[in-house]
Amino acid sequence: MAFGWLPGAVGDIAHGAATTILLIAVTTLAGTLLSILGAAGRRNGPALLRRAIGWYVEVMRNTPFLVQLFFIFFGLPSLGIRLDPILAAMLAMTLNMAAYTIEIVGAGLDAVPRGQTEAALALGLRPRQVFIKIVLPQALKIIYPALTSQIVIMMLESAVVSQIAVRELTYEADMLQARTFRSFETYFVVTLVYLLMSMALRRLLVAGGRRALGAGVS
Amino acid sequence: MIEFTLWDIVRNLLLAARWTVLLSLAAFVGGALVGIAVLFFRISENKWSRRIASGYIALFQGTPLLMQLFLMFFGLPMLGLRIEPWTAAVLGLTFFASAYLAEIWRSGVDALPLGQWDAGASLGLHYLQELRLIILPQAFAITRAPTVGFLVQLIKSTALTSIIGFEELVRTSNAINNATFEPFKVYGLVALIFFVLCFPLTQYARRLEKQAAGH
Repeated sequence: MAFGWLPGAVGDIAHGAATTILLIAVTTLAGTLLSILGAAGRRNGPALLRRAIGWYVEVMRNTPFLVQLFFIFFGLPSLGIRLDPILAAMLAMTLNMAAYTIEIVGAGLDAVPRGQTEAALALGLRPRQVFIKIVLPQALKIIYPALTSQIVIMMLESAVVSQIAVRELTYEADMLQARTFRSFETYFVVTLVYLLMSMALRRLLVAGGRRALGAGVS
Repeated sequence: MIEFTLWDIVRNLLLAARWTVLLSLAAFVGGALVGIAVLFFRISENKWSRRIASGYIALFQGTPLLMQLFLMFFGLPMLGLRIEPWTAAVLGLTFFASAYLAEIWRSGVDALPLGQWDAGASLGLHYLQELRLIILPQAFAITRAPTVGFLVQLIKSTALTSIIGFEELVRTSNAINNATFEPFKVYGLVALIFFVLCFPLTQYARRLEKQAAGH
């Protein structure tokens, strides 16, 4: 074990970690938004849309993320859609995460008592206002812990996007170990960085959730 | 360039899928065995045993599987063991699975009423007998749905072993893609094969979940 290379590598590791954080930040926002739309569409949309969302969820949940990533990055150009590696990674991560969070958000929507909707409608709110102002905030509060876990899982899975040459943390580790010939030590250090990042992300999400959604969020 | 018919591609992918299935099974069996050991520590009376087991689980659940595989692949040779992708893949996925399975089963043990332990003790059973005859069978029974759900996750996770050079479905598909330049078709077929493997298990897990909720 030798760590003499470490001081010179801090910059690269930090740069990689920043890209990983960027990826997960974009995915969290886009994925949550998409899953709210998806869950709402699955409940209130036309029959065809409901079935399409149902199949989308099944296909994404029953195939590996790595294959989805390759399909998007290598496969879509043959349809004329060519994406930057980082855009392809963001798209793949968002689509993958949404498949899981559509179910989570949906469970939250189902858990809000019907009386809430009825009361809001009786007060004269329009259906869209009822959804955005009454049902959704309560649903998000219920499912927040599950959503948090899913975001952390997605951050850990983002290591895979190094395979399409997105310069995130794992990619930087691959480059470093090729340069230092200290493969084990390099991956050991980077694994620790991931561990710290996942613990910090979980804390941040819990604290952020408390502020945004009020007390009682764990 | 070699000409590949659709059947050539499908046949090669199916042959490679055997390794995906075999690896999934090996990792599941290995993960279950190690997982039971971790579970013993996790529910032990000794505070330090519990802490060590919690740390073990947190470590595997808080780091990317890809990193765990790299550490296996590059770490074991440092201990003087000659290692091939297959060994690194099986060991890496085994430890990964053990952490998740131990945590799933622990939730089953926690869900049992404490009276089950007392009843076992009052029948004169010692600790291991209580576990083997009373606690674990019930804990396994009530956690069947998440266990099957994790098996699906494990099957999908085998895709990552392609990166450390194990010749399973994804690695073979990369090679075929490099020869045919038909990524849409090749990765679409790979996704289809994974779907055929995983979807029945997902449905089974869902049925188990409904049964459990119905009680």
